[in-house]
Amino acid sequence: MYDKRFDGRKMDELRECSAKVGVVPSAKGSAMFKIGNTIAIAAVRGPRNLYPKFLALPDKALLRCNYNMMSFSGSGDRVRPGSSRRDREISLITQKALEPVLMLDEFPGSVVDIFIELLQTDAGTRCAGICAAAMALADAGFKMKGLVSAVSVGLIGNKMLVDLDNLEEHHEEGNTDIPVAMISGEDGITLLQMDGFCKPEQMKKLLELAKKACSKIHEVQKKALLEGFEK
Amino acid sequence: MSKILVTDKEIVVPGQVLAEGMGFLPAGAAFRDKDRIIALKIGLVNIDGRLIKLIPLKGQYLPKIHDLVIGKIEDVMLGSWLVDYGGSKYAMLSARNFLQRNNQVDDLSQFMDVGDVIIAKIYKVVRKNTVDLSMQGPGLRKLGNGRVIEVSPPKVPRIIGKQGSMISMIKDQTNCRISVGQNGWVWVYGPDPNMEMIAIETIRKIENESHIPGLTDRIKDFLNSKVGKVDKVVKIDRVDEEGKEDV
Amino acid sequence: MKAVINHVRSLLDKEIRFDGRKLDQYRKDIFVEYGISNKSAEGSARVCIGETEVVAGIKFEVGVPYPDSLDKGTIMAGVELLPLSSSNFESGPPSIKAIELARSVVDRGIRESEAIDFKKLCIKKGEKMWMVIVDVYSINDAGNLADAIGLAAMAALKDARFPEYDAKLDQVLYDKRTTKKIPLKYLPVAVTVVKIGDKFIIDPSLEEEEAMDARLTVTTIEDGRLCAMQKGGDGVLTADDVSIMIDLSIKKGKELRKFIEK
Repeated sequence: MYDKRFDGRKMDELRECSAKVGVVPSAKGSAMFKIGNTIAIAAVRGPRNLYPKFLALPDKALLRCNYNMMSFSGSGDRVRPGSSRRDREISLITQKALEPVLMLDEFPGSVVDIFIELLQTDAGTRCAGICAAAMALADAGFKMKGLVSAVSVGLIGNKMLVDLDNLEEHHEEGNTDIPVAMISGEDGITLLQMDGFCKPEQMKKLLELAKKACSKIHEVQKKALLEGFEK
Repeated sequence: MSKILVTDKEIVVPGQVLAEGMGFLPAGAAFRDKDRIIALKIGLVNIDGRLIKLIPLKGQYLPKIHDLVIGKIEDVMLGSWLVDYGGSKYAMLSARNFLQRNNQVDDLSQFMDVGDVIIAKIYKVVRKNTVDLSMQGPGLRKLGNGRVIEVSPPKVPRIIGKQGSMISMIKDQTNCRISVGQNGWVWVYGPDPNMEMIAIETIRKIENESHIPGLTDRIKDFLNSKVGKVDKVVKIDRVDEEGKEDV
Repeated sequence: MKAVINHVRSLLDKEIRFDGRKLDQYRKDIFVEYGISNKSAEGSARVCIGETEVVAGIKFEVGVPYPDSLDKGTIMAGVELLPLSSSNFESGPPSIKAIELARSVVDRGIRESEAIDFKKLCIKKGEKMWMVIVDVYSINDAGNLADAIGLAAMAALKDARFPEYDAKLDQVLYDKRTTKKIPLKYLPVAVTVVKIGDKFIIDPSLEEEEAMDARLTVTTIEDGRLCAMQKGGDGVLTADDVSIMIDLSIKKGKELRKFIEK
């Protein structure tokens, strides 16, 4: 029975997070998001010419995400360079998590490229990537109806937890991992995935926990975006 | 229940609720989302009675007709050039919007080739980002040797100043030739490279501090302190070889 | 942009650089940070030269020694010029530019200088050896990625500590890090010298890279010996040019090395 977390956190407690924008000065917008030992950086390039042309959308810019883990970012074996199937899936869900808040109709036929790199991973990587990417888009000055914050919630046995780390994701008691992305201050979920088993009542509670956690993350993102505007 | 949730001159982030209720009018980067007014970008709040304006502090350049932009020739085609001005798509400059004469010229590269930097005006915008340029007009030309920097497009009006007062101050004090494109590209040339550096430093300072009140005086003092340190100032004519004035 | 290239060249003729630096001066903000990914990488570092930034990480693996060096371990170097770091880089497998950097700056510099005594990476002759894998990634390109990449690779190697190896299970125990360092005999440092017109400059900015005629990246070790050289650019170098550029590299290499000597 998992009633004490490996790192001593409360069940609904997030790991320590920090964020910073402008980490890639040559990009239109960029940001770093760190949660526990997971470190993600994101940079936005565009809107710019899109190749290949057949991907172009007639009424707005295409949002294209590219998620990658650096080869030394995994705590075990070296990560083989190149785009894995997992990388490509995460790239797609990242795009889907951010699209609903973006208003890209001023740039039809072009592309906005978001590049996400993981420097160090300890679970919650796709969520960290989304948090960094959302800040990078705001840093670049794209019209957004809200900021997107993401965190994973889950179960170990029947215990509900927020922000599982790597050890917890591999807990012998079996675990359920649920990455969630939400729009700040709104009842809007833009990413929802689940790995494992869950009862419907548990899911309701977990989404409530996710909402609280996301709003804490939003505070961190907001603070990073406003830094540098001191008077 | 109408309520303003932010204060004048507050800096907000995208999604932040500026006001609740139907009694307000959004302007700038503020947006009505059902019964709330929200911020769409990182910006400075400006409250004027019932008007809630959000001045964006970050943003992309949106091409507008008559805007002056600085760009780079990307490709030479039959009858036109493709120009990169930092927009979401390349712009087109057709030969008839460049050449004074109406004769047919086969190879346009004799006039302007890939890599040349130009200052042009936007002649037509279709479907938001399909842009047609023209170089027929005062000061529009191929730019000579100089530095080109990119500034954030929302800051361009502050860099130019009311009726060009800010940029004129910089030009006068540093004796540099400067052309500012609405797209945020800025061309700087002073025969004195130290002055070029000071001009650019000043422009960057405006970019970083535009949201802090008292900018004009601060920039004036900054320029005085920097230029004062330089031994001699080279006076130059603010016109180029063809007699065209800077814009 | 031609206007900018011509301006760089005409000012350089009078020995003036855009940012007021001397011809043989590095940008003043150079720093090295160790262990940036130390929870996952066995060694890691971040190097900034002005706004140019790269990160490097080390992973150890155990493999079978090559038939021609049964008592030695090996090093593998990879460089990725990430599209995150510049609009000029595309997604996909390492470009030829990245491969050139990996081979000429990182790999050759370390291998040819014998900075690492590969015999010390042997676990069991003919059977098991340590493979040290260095991967360097660009984070922001503001000119002169080459020197930053070379420095970051060396810094990451210095930062590295061996993990434990369980010979019975034939497994690397990544969660058990030892205090054993990679024995480094030398610290090879790569310095890129760029020729524009008849002037030679160190630490080119992006505009200076665009304006260059030719470049020579020279890797040197502490006693001034050269262990790697790579010419780039479309222009031609005379033998005298090369001589001048080598002297500059040795001198500046000593300066740059101070940042990783700790």
